[in-house]
Amino acid sequence: MSILVYIEAINGNFKKAAYELCNYGCKLAESMSTQCIALTNADSSVAQKLSNYGADKIVNFSHEALHDSKMMTKLISDFAKANDASVVILADNSRGKSLLGRIATRMDGSVVSSVTTLPDLTNQFAVDKSLFSGKSVGTFQMVSNFKIISVSRNSIGVQEISKPSNVETFDASSYSSDVSLVETTRVQGTVPLPEAELVVSAGRGMKGPENWGIIEELAETLGATTACSRPVSDSGWRPHHEHVGQTGIAIKPNLYIAIGISGAIQHLAGVNNSKTIVVINKDSEAPFFKAADYGVVADLFDVVPRLNESLKKFKEG
Amino acid sequence: MNLLVCISKTPETTAKISFNADSTEFNTEGIQYIMNPYDEWYALVRAIELQEAMGGKVVVINVGPAENDIVIRKALAIGADEAIRIDGEAKSASYVAKQIAEYAKDKSFDMILLGKESIDYNGSLVGAMIAEYLDLPFLSYASKMKLEGNEATVTCDIEGGVEVLKLQIPFVVSASKGMAEQRIPNMRGIMMSKKKPLEVIGPVDFSAKEQITKYQLPAEKSGVRLIDPQDMDELVRLLHEEAKVI
Ligand SMILES: Cc1cc2nc3c(=O)[nH]c(=O)nc-3n(C[C@H](O)[C@H](O)[C@H](O)COP(=O)(O)OP(=O)(O)OC[C@H]3O[C@@H](n4cnc5c(N)ncnc54)[C@H](O)[C@@H]3O)c2cc1C
Ligand SMILES: Nc1ncnc2c1ncn2[C@@H]1O[C@H](COP(=O)(O)O)[C@@H](O)[C@H]1O
Repeated sequence: MSILVYIEAINGNFKKAAYELCNYGCKLAESMSTQCIALTNADSSVAQKLSNYGADKIVNFSHEALHDSKMMTKLISDFAKANDASVVILADNSRGKSLLGRIATRMDGSVVSSVTTLPDLTNQFAVDKSLFSGKSVGTFQMVSNFKIISVSRNSIGVQEISKPSNVETFDASSYSSDVSLVETTRVQGTVPLPEAELVVSAGRGMKGPENWGIIEELAETLGATTACSRPVSDSGWRPHHEHVGQTGIAIKPNLYIAIGISGAIQHLAGVNNSKTIVVINKDSEAPFFKAADYGVVADLFDVVPRLNESLKKFKEG
Repeated sequence: MNLLVCISKTPETTAKISFNADSTEFNTEGIQYIMNPYDEWYALVRAIELQEAMGGKVVVINVGPAENDIVIRKALAIGADEAIRIDGEAKSASYVAKQIAEYAKDKSFDMILLGKESIDYNGSLVGAMIAEYLDLPFLSYASKMKLEGNEATVTCDIEGGVEVLKLQIPFVVSASKGMAEQRIPNMRGIMMSKKKPLEVIGPVDFSAKEQITKYQLPAEKSGVRLIDPQDMDELVRLLHEEAKVI
């Protein structure tokens, strides 16, 4: 028996979430007295890093078509069978989303996506998952012998656990794809919103796109990623990929600063799993204050530049 | 173009979520239902656009009880041609996917479209599962799709960017924001929807392999701490020393 974690390197490297995923596999393997195998596309020198995060065995492979969910499902399922894996763990990201249901169907297993806890082995492998766009949490029992889950970021944190493991190579050349990748583009310079630890977000209280300078400055001082409410992206004030909420992106940063956003339930649904929420709004009755840890009741045009100055002073500290 | 669009019914977006006394069931009392926004705004409308441009038909499918017919009629009013309801209880993503795959397997649809996720269970599972049952390619989170002959160019959202992929029909695709613009049904559409076929078929046997045993509300915030607007140094100090997030 074994636990298999599929860990994808982006542009050749791992992000923090990759190490958290490896930790998750390691901790689960320990509680089941078995080994954690990490399967990765990273080359050997990068793949080796997983030995610092609990992988008992590291196997890398190389393939051009990681984007092809049909092919990758075969590859991961074949590998899981060959290594007698009883649990497969994926990241809760776009790639994980295209693979999770497929692998579950192919392997005829129990499946839960966006899991936030380690399985409770005393309760039918029960795991928690956020439901109703963050408005509730559900506990799922997984009854099949084979189980597959995707793990939500920032669920268990990252810890160094050194294991004396070496990188072996898996020959994936026999897997062929009929979906071709034309191009990949990523926003340069900033941390993508779904991965950001610090987020500065603004809403209709900004009055117009021409006023976003103070938001961008604040984000730059903090090293934060910018986000916005839905009407802001719908009116074209900000790009669509910044829209957070029930019908936008759901995020889970350490810090979410909401500026001139009322805190409608559909907005909260996408951000209420943030660790710390700061709300800046001139209306003390704005519903967002109920979901906030820290609040400033004031005109944003006055307070945001001063918050930026204070942060700069702190950073120069 | 024969297009199949999977539509689900979800609680309305402002619905207040609560559970029964022992927290084992979602409390449906007083809940208003809508068509899942990603299905309605993006998957369905993009399918209708393709049908308008290339001919063929748009079939919508839902797995669920007769109460769902109202949501299905709305899809017909927006512009779908026919509807199928599989009269089963949508207990899990695998159950839903199995039913839809069984229906679709011998109908040679050119494309099966879904929303990127349902806003109640947030599983993002059904599309991938249908694709695996039917051995078709699956692309998730598509925000743009062009079709030339049998070749599609699809732009999919990935973390902090996009991936542009090319493939041949048939395939399964899940839609996110950008795929199309929301359409509001007009009077004519509503009148016509009443005459369009809605066929109800029975489910195949399938037992779910996972079950929800308990619901909880998210941990509540202890209450907001208000900071003097004149003292932003204090906010920075608290974020650093108390919250430890900067
Ligand atoms: C089906 C559906 C799905 C939806 N999905 C989403 C979603 O995913 N994400 C989302 O964000 N919304 C979503 N919405 C919209 C949501 O209901 C709200 O309308 C929206 O979040 C409001 O955006 P806002 O807070 O920026 O604007 P408003 O509600 O207009 O709030 C602006 C706020 O700014 C404050 N303000 C104004 N001037 C100043 C100033 N000078 N200084 C300080 N504060 C100021 C005001 O007091 C007010 O609280 C959805 C709606 C529906 C129906
Ligand atoms: N009961 C259902 N009937 C038909 N389609 C569904 C049903 N449930 C989910 N879907 C489709 O599957 C997509 C993803 O749902 P989920 O996997 O639950 O996040 C939805 O956006 C719908 O397109």
